[in-house]
Amino acid sequence: MADKKLRQIAIYGKGGIGKSTTTQNTVAGLAAMDKKVLIIGCDPKADSTRLILHAKAQETVMDKVRELGTVEDLELEDVLKVGYGGVKCVESGGPEPGVGCAGRGVITAINFCEEEGAYTEDLDFVFYDVLGDVVCGGFAMPIRENKAEEIYIVVSGEMMAMYAANNICKGIVKYASSGNVRLAGLICNSRNTDREADLIEALAERLGTQMIHFVPRDNQVQRAELRRMTVIEYSPEHQQAQEYRELARKIAENKKLVVPTPLEIEELEELLMEFGIMEADDETVVGVAENA
Amino acid sequence: MADTLVKTIAGITTEKTEELIAETLKDMPEKAAKKRAAHLVANEPQSAKCAIKSNKKVVPGVMSQRGCAYAGAKGVVWGPIRDMVHVSHGPVGCGVYSWGTRRNLMQGIPGVTSFPLDFTSDFQERDIVYGGDKKLETLLREADELFPLNKGLSVLSECPVGLIGDDINAVTKKMEAELGKFVVPCNCEGFRGVSQSLGHHISNDSIRDHVIGKREFSEPAGPYDVALIGDYNIGGDVWAAKPILEEIGLNVKSVWTGDGEIEKIAATGQVKLNLIHCYRSMNYMCKVMEEKWGIPWLEYNFFGPTKIEESLRAIAERFDDTIRQKVEEVIARYRPQMDRVLNEYRPRLEGKTAMLFVGGLRPRHTVGAYEDLGIEITGSGYEFAHQDDYDRTAPELARGTLIYDDVSEFELEKFVEKLKPDLVGSGIKEKYVFQKAGIPFRQMHSWDYSGPYHGYEGFKIFARDIDMAINSPTWSLVKAPF
Repeated sequence: MADKKLRQIAIYGKGGIGKSTTTQNTVAGLAAMDKKVLIIGCDPKADSTRLILHAKAQETVMDKVRELGTVEDLELEDVLKVGYGGVKCVESGGPEPGVGCAGRGVITAINFCEEEGAYTEDLDFVFYDVLGDVVCGGFAMPIRENKAEEIYIVVSGEMMAMYAANNICKGIVKYASSGNVRLAGLICNSRNTDREADLIEALAERLGTQMIHFVPRDNQVQRAELRRMTVIEYSPEHQQAQEYRELARKIAENKKLVVPTPLEIEELEELLMEFGIMEADDETVVGVAENA
Repeated sequence: MADTLVKTIAGITTEKTEELIAETLKDMPEKAAKKRAAHLVANEPQSAKCAIKSNKKVVPGVMSQRGCAYAGAKGVVWGPIRDMVHVSHGPVGCGVYSWGTRRNLMQGIPGVTSFPLDFTSDFQERDIVYGGDKKLETLLREADELFPLNKGLSVLSECPVGLIGDDINAVTKKMEAELGKFVVPCNCEGFRGVSQSLGHHISNDSIRDHVIGKREFSEPAGPYDVALIGDYNIGGDVWAAKPILEEIGLNVKSVWTGDGEIEKIAATGQVKLNLIHCYRSMNYMCKVMEEKWGIPWLEYNFFGPTKIEESLRAIAERFDDTIRQKVEEVIARYRPQMDRVLNEYRPRLEGKTAMLFVGGLRPRHTVGAYEDLGIEITGSGYEFAHQDDYDRTAPELARGTLIYDDVSEFELEKFVEKLKPDLVGSGIKEKYVFQKAGIPFRQMHSWDYSGPYHGYEGFKIFARDIDMAINSPTWSLVKAPF
């Protein structure tokens, strides 16, 4: 146990891309390999742990802070729950959309977990499942110094998902210059678009990283989710469960950590055009009304 | 402890005090009264654990005297370090209103060997929207260029920095490498915690993570090396306390943090004993040094001759006969001076009463000094103390004495009205309320523009000031116009 090093991993990606589903299924895969994992959900929606806990909504750090008045009165056992495979779960929580400061909720929750000793020595992994848009410094908290040093970006062959992935890489470059955070790979969560795997491989190459795994689209994921379970727990023999176990194994063995080389917007668009996802702008029609 | 050793005050009983508490609470809304009830008790000196609730969020709607985490960090711990540039990171107000207000005096030439100036990043809308990291970096570089003789820079974050999530730790780390001197981050956003107390704790953590153990004293270590912890040199307190420790043969290697020097603070891990005055604000680092290097620590009290003598003898017990002998010499040397003070003032103050409400130490530590002058304490309480402070308070006060935690203006006015003390010792926010009521008052946070009050020199001034307040003819001349 002496030389065991805790690996802290942050999962980023466009909103709705399937970060939470991918994270929980991957973590379940790691748990099946007897790894000890802590998930910290960094999203006010607080849906990062429901498949592990079979819970509709875990009581969050910020829920308890609201109830008790101050974070100092909070105990770790109030907000840390243990679910499938001994996976420990904390949700930061936060305000309804449109009020308050969700970013501060993330900072408060992570500080609280650190100070209260949630990062125990037996842990192999901490996963931060972060809100899609890094809208303020609070959502970059998981990649500050002494926190996550590995980032995986969940992406699909859709245009906006790749834009988002490229933007996240720009953020990583900024933090990589002052700390040890590195890009560890792209996880393609398939939307069944044309030549999707090739496209994400190509994007990964341009970014200086790898597509660590291509997760095919399968409705078994939804069937498991209806039961608030990961596929690995719901149907361990299913092919999709095998995909997530494979992803978990690759992450456990991954050593390829890079400072990404984000693309200029023109470069990204060229790539999209090359794969037929985007058409070239026709400047002669810009601003011209139909009947002109 | 035998019952005879328990202090009592004529006319004060547990029953009467509990009655007063009940009577005061009955005028408050039910929910607030219920919450406040746990923070008001009649003292039981023999209980090992004071039955009071403390360090909780202020009850909404009451007027509290508390400050914030930033105030605890800037005003108490960091501000007094004289050879550093202290940067208030955020909008301008916090920096300006914490500028020199606590009267932590420092020697040196301003801008050359001491830096009692106001440095702030003066946040604007632009900095909130785009983040202030780059501005902070530029500020630190420029401040260091303008004041190259500084020994380090501290960055104290104000509320908005914590909200937008700027990573000041990354900036200070980079700048520390670039400037080759201490650049210390302190995440003391005002909204953190229930009072300034968390600001002290956060500051202690910053010292633990970024300062302690990073320097060594240039001269060789000796058997009498000590550090003076938790004296902020209010009105010159350190300058009255440190010479006594030197007179008894100790070598005071560093002072935390009044008139303090950052490199000596950083080297404190090499001393033999830490002597701590303000337990509340600095116990954290004493415990860190104890765990890390096995350095023992000892609480002492330099208010009034009785406590000074008691403390000196307790300090002597930690050393050899040389020190023990010197302590007795020092006590004998100063006793005639102290007797002169007592002979002059005690006859005029004997039998008077006082009520106290201060921060986290003085409501218990000054009790002995009042008692030396013949004054009894009929009520005491803290703005931001914790349970361990109240446990230390109970034996100092008489049975049945009213103790109040985070007292509201309403409660304190009511208590003073009923207990009719001859003096109230509290803060600037209470001062004029009670003076307008014709009650003598001393501002006991900053010594009311006076001081020092620590040590033998300080007691002379304390006695004079208390006499001046209580026996001033002013109050008999004041007549209400209604």
